[in-house]
Amino acid sequence: MDLIGDGLREAFWLLVHNRNGVYEIALRSIEVSGVATLVSLVLGVSAGAFLAFKRFPGRLIALTLVNTGMGFPPVVIGLIVAILLWRSGPLGDLGWIYTTKAMIIAQTAIATPVITGFTAASLSALDPRLRLQLYALGASRLQALWLLLLEVRLPLLAAIMAGFGAAISEVGASVMTGGNIAGQTRVLTGAILLEQSKGNFGTALALGIILLAMMVAVNLLFTWVQLGARRQRAAAAPAQEDAPRVATLTPWPRS
Amino acid sequence: MAAELTAPPKLAARGLRVRRGGREVLAIDALDVPAGRTLAVLGPNGAGKTTLLLQLALLERPDAGEVLFEGAPARGRELRLRRRMAVVFQQPLLLDRTALANVETGLRLRGVGRRERRARAERWLARLGVARVAGQAAHTLSGGEAQRVSLARAFALEPEVLFLDEPFSALDEPTRVALVEDLAALLAETRLTCVFVTHSQDEAARLAHEVVVLIGGEPRQVGPPEAVFTAPTDPEVAAFVGIGTMLAGRVLCREGGVVTLDAAGQRIEAVDERAFDEALVCLRPEDVTIAPAGQAGAGSARNHLRGRVRRIVRTGVDARVEVDCGAPVVARVTARSLAELGLAEGSEVVASFKATAVHLIPR
Repeated sequence: MDLIGDGLREAFWLLVHNRNGVYEIALRSIEVSGVATLVSLVLGVSAGAFLAFKRFPGRLIALTLVNTGMGFPPVVIGLIVAILLWRSGPLGDLGWIYTTKAMIIAQTAIATPVITGFTAASLSALDPRLRLQLYALGASRLQALWLLLLEVRLPLLAAIMAGFGAAISEVGASVMTGGNIAGQTRVLTGAILLEQSKGNFGTALALGIILLAMMVAVNLLFTWVQLGARRQRAAAAPAQEDAPRVATLTPWPRS
Repeated sequence: MAAELTAPPKLAARGLRVRRGGREVLAIDALDVPAGRTLAVLGPNGAGKTTLLLQLALLERPDAGEVLFEGAPARGRELRLRRRMAVVFQQPLLLDRTALANVETGLRLRGVGRRERRARAERWLARLGVARVAGQAAHTLSGGEAQRVSLARAFALEPEVLFLDEPFSALDEPTRVALVEDLAALLAETRLTCVFVTHSQDEAARLAHEVVVLIGGEPRQVGPPEAVFTAPTDPEVAAFVGIGTMLAGRVLCREGGVVTLDAAGQRIEAVDERAFDEALVCLRPEDVTIAPAGQAGAGSARNHLRGRVRRIVRTGVDARVEVDCGAPVVARVTARSLAELGLAEGSEVVASFKATAVHLIPR
């Protein structure tokens, strides 16, 4: 049997006829993982900046935890979030278990350490005196942080891509916290899992192709932004002329 | 003039203490930075010069004590006061954007409008001679260009106080000399208050009205550059400012302002009115002349010490000659006179110096 060919053909028909609510599922994937990435960005950048700039007892442990978190088994995160939100669990009264909110929490827990780690590493690589220079220029703490984040915009974009990728491609935690309920919490990964278990390899593969295509599209967008930033740097650097290094004193400027 | 004397100093440190890793790295009971003047902070590596600058520039909090801005404590209004000052560090520390955008960044942080910002940035880049790199990305600039952009960025802020932390030490000699001259002209024209950290006496002498010598985190001497360089008040400052010869002396007699001392078993005359029994006899190498034994005696020098050349260290056009006169006496001699006098290690010589060239540190 030609599984891949069938898969591609089926993906095409799924998309053309919107069978099994595939658009809805794909959109929900983007929505859940997009929100989770945004929340992770806020949390991760704050935590990353804190870890990069503050010296406090336990910093080594905190950094180790973040680095562990970057590769933490998502299924364990799913389990913890599910236990916390379980109807009889400590946060059960919220009634969030088997909703997209629960999935967003789980995916945020997966993506935040990734963004935290990238942010901390790239900010730590900057000259520590650059921060002093920004304060000396008159920057408040927030302004200085903003300018430093602009300095690390390229690795930061990579962090966002990695965080989004980790969130959207995650299945265990999403199913454990969302329940994979059709029309409510079913996302692409959950749908793939379900179709595969039903033996619908073609449909599963079709959904997989859609998931991959979406990730490629999102990464293409960010990479394009990244390259644009890099091109800007290159464009702002014309070929060096052979001018004398010691410039002459020009007359005093008049205001 | 009277107003200048009664006005509070632009900046002052009172009881300032900074500790790092349990060690006190800065201890300043009182230090003033007079308004409209340039104060050079001199000292060996690790003396706490940069720490002092970071304190005065309100970039670090002290462990004790306070910084006064125009007579009032700076604590609690650091951000507002920082926006009236500017700092140029040893490294240019430019942001990853164009030279022009770098100069504009500080102005933007201080709320200067777009048009004014652009005008000032362009004007100061031109003033520092780097207008042609305005559109260039910072990371493509040469060291000298980047440091000029960094200076333009500071001057464009039109600060009331300018801090310079060894801004030229990473540059090659011609670039350094050119920048020091530019800066001297700028400081003379703007009359702003400047704190200038350096370990170069040349730069301090060229730029500063006053010098403070920091050793081990403590200000050891404050005064005009000539006074500090020729009349240090303690042996460590003397060693730092390049006093080559330091001999322990005992006063033998005084007559009409001239003190005669016994040092290293020889008689030395010095001009000094102060009362003391023992003193350290200090001589700068350039004040000591050397002649082969037998040819000395001419000239106006009152002091002649006999000795033997122990070591000759050539430093480009000059040579540093160490003479053993019972105690080491150091002279700076041009390479040409060294050859003309036919001096070599082991030669019998006479080291001569004027009574007025002797500086005494009472003990």
